[in-house]
Amino acid sequence: MSADIAHDLHGEREKERVATAATSARVRIVLAIGPAVAGAGVVWAFVQPWRLTVLNPHGQGFWWLIAEPPLYVVLVGVLFRVLIARALVQDLEDAGR
Amino acid sequence: MIVAGIEPKAEMVHWWFATGILVLGLLFLAETVVGPEVWARRPWRRYLWPGTMFLLGLLLWPVMALYTNSMIHMVAHGSWAQVLMLSGGAELGVVRGKLHSQYWRLTSAGALLVSGTAFLVHEQNGWFFARAAFLHHALGWTLIVAAVFPLVQAIRPRSIVAASGFAMTFFVVAVLLYCDRDSAAILGHFSQFAGVPHR
Repeated sequence: MSADIAHDLHGEREKERVATAATSARVRIVLAIGPAVAGAGVVWAFVQPWRLTVLNPHGQGFWWLIAEPPLYVVLVGVLFRVLIARALVQDLEDAGR
Repeated sequence: MIVAGIEPKAEMVHWWFATGILVLGLLFLAETVVGPEVWARRPWRRYLWPGTMFLLGLLLWPVMALYTNSMIHMVAHGSWAQVLMLSGGAELGVVRGKLHSQYWRLTSAGALLVSGTAFLVHEQNGWFFARAAFLHHALGWTLIVAAVFPLVQAIRPRSIVAASGFAMTFFVVAVLLYCDRDSAAILGHFSQFAGVPHR
């Protein structure tokens, strides 16, 4: 094998390695977004429990019972992870091959 | 008035829109992370954020019609509805292939600019009157400054900084809207004319 071909192969492997690393970093970020948002909602619920009417529902009207902002944040994070992130990671990995 | 008795409080409507805007922020962020090519691999995904933006615009019409505490509130809510529908509709046209120019992104810049101006104009009280007033001022200026991101995207569509800034804007707006209470103190300030304070 000539030195030129060996050099080219090494360069291609290096490019592949960089591309794989970039893809796996993106995969990790996409997978982390949903849990991070859901976690923020959980932290908020602990810091400001009075924002959750469901913890003290007696005598509350319909709107107050469905107005639970920290739970909305948790729900958005979970739905993103299940409905968006999963398919997105699959496509990222397909594109990286 | 019967409608006033059964309609949800303004703060609740702000939280619901905060949730919609949080969804938009997540979609923008995900698209920025993976890039437009991967994002567009599944046709349904391309319609997600323009569709959500259009839907938020549609949902602002009942807000305009039902929350009629002042003329200027109706004008503000109506203008938000129109610019969000315009921006969402233009982006739907782009992803569908009916519209081709990259400059349709300018409708998003216009939406942020008009929304920010409407926030500032329809808030009649000063920054420290109450938390709601503070948030209206903060939201207004945030949106006006953030209009620069879609403006840059219209000129340089692949700018990562502009795309990230645009996505982050929606997270900031969602947080500010979630902080809203109809009457609450802000940094220890609360006007005696602002009603009974909540936490």
